[in-house]
Amino acid sequence: MEASVSRRRFLAQGAGGLSAVWVSAHWPALLAAATHARHAAQSAAPAKFEFFAAEEAKEIDAITSRIIPSDETPGAHEAGVVYFIDRGLTTFDVDNQKTYREGLPELQARVTEMFPGTSKFSALTPEQQDEVLHSFDEQSPHGRQRRFRPSQGAQNFFETLRQHTIAGFLIDPDYGGNGDGAGWKVIGRAREYMFQPPFGYYDKGYPGWELAAKEEMKEAEKK
Amino acid sequence: MTADQPKYKTSDEVDFVIVGSGAAGGVLAKELSTNGFRVVVLEQGPYLTEADFTHNEIEILALDKLTNHPKLQPTTVRKTPDEKARPQRALVYGRCVGGTSVHFTANFWRFHEIDFIEGRKVGSVPGSTLVDWPITYADLEPYYTKVEWEIGVSGLAGASPFDPPRSKPYPMPPLPVKSSGVLFERAARKLGWHPFPAPMAILSQSRPGRGACVQCGFCLGFGCEVGAKSSSLVAAIRVAERTGRCEIRPNSYVHRIELNSNGRAVGALYFDEKRNTHLQRAKAVVVCANGAETPRLLLLSANKQFPDGLANSSGLVGKNLMFNSGGTVTGVYEQPLNDYKGYCVSRVLHDFYELDHEKVGFHGGGGLDARYDFTPISFAFGGIPPETPRWGKEFKAALAHNFTRTMEIFCHGTSLPVENNSFSLDPNLKDAWGLPALRLTYKDHPDDLKLSNWLFERAQAIHEAAGAVKKWSFPAQEQQFGVHLLGTCRMGNDAKSSVINPDHRTHDVKNLFLCDGSSLVTSGRGQPTMTIMALAFRAADRITGLAKHGELTA
Repeated sequence: MEASVSRRRFLAQGAGGLSAVWVSAHWPALLAAATHARHAAQSAAPAKFEFFAAEEAKEIDAITSRIIPSDETPGAHEAGVVYFIDRGLTTFDVDNQKTYREGLPELQARVTEMFPGTSKFSALTPEQQDEVLHSFDEQSPHGRQRRFRPSQGAQNFFETLRQHTIAGFLIDPDYGGNGDGAGWKVIGRAREYMFQPPFGYYDKGYPGWELAAKEEMKEAEKK
Repeated sequence: MTADQPKYKTSDEVDFVIVGSGAAGGVLAKELSTNGFRVVVLEQGPYLTEADFTHNEIEILALDKLTNHPKLQPTTVRKTPDEKARPQRALVYGRCVGGTSVHFTANFWRFHEIDFIEGRKVGSVPGSTLVDWPITYADLEPYYTKVEWEIGVSGLAGASPFDPPRSKPYPMPPLPVKSSGVLFERAARKLGWHPFPAPMAILSQSRPGRGACVQCGFCLGFGCEVGAKSSSLVAAIRVAERTGRCEIRPNSYVHRIELNSNGRAVGALYFDEKRNTHLQRAKAVVVCANGAETPRLLLLSANKQFPDGLANSSGLVGKNLMFNSGGTVTGVYEQPLNDYKGYCVSRVLHDFYELDHEKVGFHGGGGLDARYDFTPISFAFGGIPPETPRWGKEFKAALAHNFTRTMEIFCHGTSLPVENNSFSLDPNLKDAWGLPALRLTYKDHPDDLKLSNWLFERAQAIHEAAGAVKKWSFPAQEQQFGVHLLGTCRMGNDAKSSVINPDHRTHDVKNLFLCDGSSLVTSGRGQPTMTIMALAFRAADRITGLAKHGELTA
């Protein structure tokens, strides 16, 4: 009886509902498929640059490595952020090509200005590199945006590159950045598609809302 | 899209054309088609489904895949009517089938009794156009229950001593508590307050065609890949489609309501994807385009009879805009909460819903919730302590340490209605279709800012009592950007001081109905979607009644 009711209800859902049932019922299988696709992408031939010339890519890589440096844990370099940016500039962020075309030579001119005899950012020491970048980072440290929504006027090369670096380091690895999940390893985000409680330290051993309420009332009474 | 959708010709005079498929439009489509009417829903955005929803933060947060696009739909902003508005992003709303309900947080509180009668209770508030609703909580209660059961809301009835009366418990238990919820709950109890499991429009138990929440962690801003989030897309539109009487027509941008010489609406004029114009004929038009686009559509539909905009004899179309006040107080804890896992909000507090304005010195009230609404990239831009450098070793170290140890307390509050606060047509700027862009005029009522700061202090106290290692917030600032778009075609009995009557019928055009955030008379305490859906269920009943009495065919 139960079964026939639910079967009828199920059939009544029609095709739209059916596909969703299928998705949730086969969720783990879909995950396996996604994982497979990810491995396939990773084993492909090394990415080539489409937008940057090799020399430019080296410079960009060096800058991203100061924005998110490599130390005991991987940084922008290990996460392949420069590849993410290169792809971004030929796909979803074509509008910012100009920012890079004009911004990089300007930055290199600043390198020569500050350290005569050098024209390459990547040739400087890390300390010198930071000095150059600080000269471009005029934004107040408190002017942070609440959300990742680069303003339309974010033409400032360093600010654009800073945003791209962060995005390329932390995006879900399935979407072309955060190589090998390096960024998520750094911040401690497990690379799973579904989670179950207990989620963290403080919800372990939680007795449930009713019990927690009673226990705390008792404690209050004792006092 | 289901196979049994009809394809109506634009020349077919269907019973209803509904403009917009969000929280209200989706519910009205379900109800009206279920009641036997032939319905066409015109949605400006694309028809996306679970298979199209991703965890791609670039696509969602930077490229606006699910939301209005600032390049196609630019806006301008100013504080007061005597200022010249400058181009700036003024709002975010869902632009896809299901509207904003596809990507919202899914906090689903009911409004309380006070929200409907605050005007009479507190008297007049200087600088505000606060008035009572023409309906009460009791009128809407059956429809709140309908939303909970039909759309799918998880929660625990009776858990909050401040909850208004309800006729039925929730249809399913609350979602599992998060570490943020446990910290919040224990601290709030210590302070003598009454935290309770958050009512959420997210399934804790699966339903036919929809999975229970899998706690993926990409919730606010994202579409749900398992259909657990109770958007109108999965919870209403699919039911409408199965009636065989409802056509969902995506990529259809309505820009004018056409009237005949008798002053009756004959249908909606829209651009298709190729920007060809069509007129979908209908016996009645229901506009559910949200609190910004609904008044804009009325203003764009000005004609000889209504030179100041359709149904605007009151002059109030677009006015009395309310965004809800509020903001976050962020805290960092010693141990990992891992709050990035799962949905956003697991505990809420309503002790401050109704405040004694003489004691606190301002009007309004609010609610607090424990949440984590960050995803990795958005956390890097908005989640780390304010004094942290923006790049380099220390920046990286802050990301590494704080991402798993952070929680937010969101303070939601009233926005008092102010007549000048509005959406109107910008006289200069045009959208990508050549139509006048939205212009926002907004300056918070001073009480709203006082309320926010007052709530921030309570949230600070909770972090303190919970043992936060670090906590911070910023003083409340005047808002120039909104996601809750409320009050712009307010409901009322008097045609001079409101745009729609309690049946959601415009006072001026007998077969034109409006239902969405624009219908709200007050802003509640911050979570409007539940009320918008309840209004839509109620509007469907009222409109069906009128149709059956032959009132829609003159």
